Amino acid sequence: MDIFLQQIINGLVQGSIYALVALGYTMVYGIMGLINFAHGEVVMIGTLVTISVAGFLIKAGMPVIFAGLAGLTVSVLVCMALGWGLERVAYRPLRNAPRLTPLITAIGMSIVLQNVAMIIWGRNYLTFPPLLPSVAFEFGGAHFTAVQVIIVLVSALTMGGLLFLVYRTKLGMAMRATSQNPAVASLMGVNINRVIAAAFIIGSALGALAGIMVGTYYEIAHYQMGFMLGLKAFTAAVLGGIGNLAGAMLGGILLGLIEALGAGYIGDLTGGFLGSHYQDIFAFLVLIVVLMFKPSGLFGEKTGDRA
Amino acid sequence: MSKWLNPRSAFGITLIVVALLALPFVAAMGGQAWVRILNFAILYVFLALGLNIVVGYAGLLDLGYIAFYAVGAYTYALLASPHFGLHWPFWVILPIGALVACFFGVILGSPTLKLRGDYLAIVTLGFGEIVRIFMNNLNAPINITNGAQGITLIDPVAIGDFKFSTTSQILGISMSGPQKYYYLLLALVILVIIINLRLQNSRVGRAWQAIREDEIAAKAVGINTRNLKLLAFAMGASFGGVAGGVFSAMQGFVSPESFSLIESIMILAMVVLGGMGHIPGVILGAVLLSILPEALRYGVGPIQMAVFGKMLVDPESLRMLIFGLALVLVMRFKPAGLWPSPERKRELSDAGAGNG
Repeated sequence: MDIFLQQIINGLVQGSIYALVALGYTMVYGIMGLINFAHGEVVMIGTLVTISVAGFLIKAGMPVIFAGLAGLTVSVLVCMALGWGLERVAYRPLRNAPRLTPLITAIGMSIVLQNVAMIIWGRNYLTFPPLLPSVAFEFGGAHFTAVQVIIVLVSALTMGGLLFLVYRTKLGMAMRATSQNPAVASLMGVNINRVIAAAFIIGSALGALAGIMVGTYYEIAHYQMGFMLGLKAFTAAVLGGIGNLAGAMLGGILLGLIEALGAGYIGDLTGGFLGSHYQDIFAFLVLIVVLMFKPSGLFGEKTGDRA
Repeated sequence: MSKWLNPRSAFGITLIVVALLALPFVAAMGGQAWVRILNFAILYVFLALGLNIVVGYAGLLDLGYIAFYAVGAYTYALLASPHFGLHWPFWVILPIGALVACFFGVILGSPTLKLRGDYLAIVTLGFGEIVRIFMNNLNAPINITNGAQGITLIDPVAIGDFKFSTTSQILGISMSGPQKYYYLLLALVILVIIINLRLQNSRVGRAWQAIREDEIAAKAVGINTRNLKLLAFAMGASFGGVAGGVFSAMQGFVSPESFSLIESIMILAMVVLGGMGHIPGVILGAVLLSILPEALRYGVGPIQMAVFGKMLVDPESLRMLIFGLALVLVMRFKPAGLWPSPERKRELSDAGAGNG
């Protein structure tokens, strides 16, 4: 039973990170029907910027807590600028292009960002400075750390904030209107360009937060870390029904739990035939099975006929 | 067929044929490495044309195409290497590889037929990853794929005593291994182009296009969309399987590393960048995107040395950086691809807001 609880905790932590990244995908998709493949790279840049800024300030003698906050602020701002820039350079000019065209520019931007990061930060693994005290707790036979608790809390708060923004503010209303019908929304006086830019900026800020969480959790970062993380998060967004905010959150948490439990029990389930290195298969298998029965995700609305 | 007899086009065709036949000898002047690059370019043309059936004709976004290539490559590797001690001949394995890949295509296709657009994309992507993860890990408890180390010492293509891997004299001309593979690949790819051309205007090809444009309307006029979509998956997969077999024989070595998601994405980029659904465009896209990174590999380092006198930026990342920028810029200024089909170009300029 303690393994079960332990894996649930691990899954929740990983899942909250997935959920935050998935929100970035789903917001952009909901509004413009585009898979922003470069979003994983934005997350990666968020982690690496934090490492540089916080690491530098800590070395300069600043208290860890302030250095961490400064790192967080700078990295969120950098990622917001990056998200805005991505939209301006790679997506806005292609809004009326064939549907696969922005997918290829997204992939191009993803390659560009990865290599820029490699030129700036090098190809080695970087250690993330310990921003949070390493306190451990025990509950019912399972161990968890302060970092894990904070990750879950911060992501829950952030998601609450996002829901408030989307369902209770004017900008949120404009976003929902745009996602339903851009042409009509613009006739009603919604500035479509600003709404789309806002979606990219907010998504990137969430991505930066997620990046910092990944850094504090795994204490390590690398210029290629965004790729698999982005892929998993995107899977989570699709699992929940892409374009749906609650779906992305639940999809992320669900994916984290499935992976953790899968990794914990796959050996027992298959009599030792498959080991925990098959962990990644679980995410995709569950996705395929879910989509077989619910072709537009767990919480998604029926998609249109855009093949 | 009468336009083929026109003296001007006959001249053009002769010129192309001569150029294609002479190409490996021209490339060899720059070293055998360039012949290999050329071979890979043809292999990518092969793959891109296979994916073009799925994405370009039938409009099904497949992000896991490399899985079929991998299946073909491993089929060849297992049946013609010391790993299991099997050394079956090339012709026997190639159709088997195509069949196995086709089978996988149907396995992937059948549960995903209901899905549309991006949902299909992510499922195919997941499928590709699953195949790769299995290849990476199927070395225990029974060693099937030899895990991450891959399979080595795969038999080269051979016809009787004539081996494709070594240099030999043909009609007094010395031909290296890669050069011989070039002609083999060229023959195969011409076959694929012919199949593609015939498919395009066939009943099946037109049905695919109908499904791509509007699936519900296609169903309404009596097209069996389920079977035709499956057929598109199966055919695309078989081409991938054959290409994988040739890759395996040519390299003599396969490992899961060659079949990562980025490869699937690259092949899709070739199809889209060239001009989806248009055979000359797809060929152009595949040749450009496979040669460009290699040309940059040879260009970026020396140019930096010449201009700045030292290596300012790691050439490997600089070359990928330029490659990524090229993808963005081409799509930015040529949204329908470099060489789209005339009808598609017209649709785009008419409609303004086109969707595929």
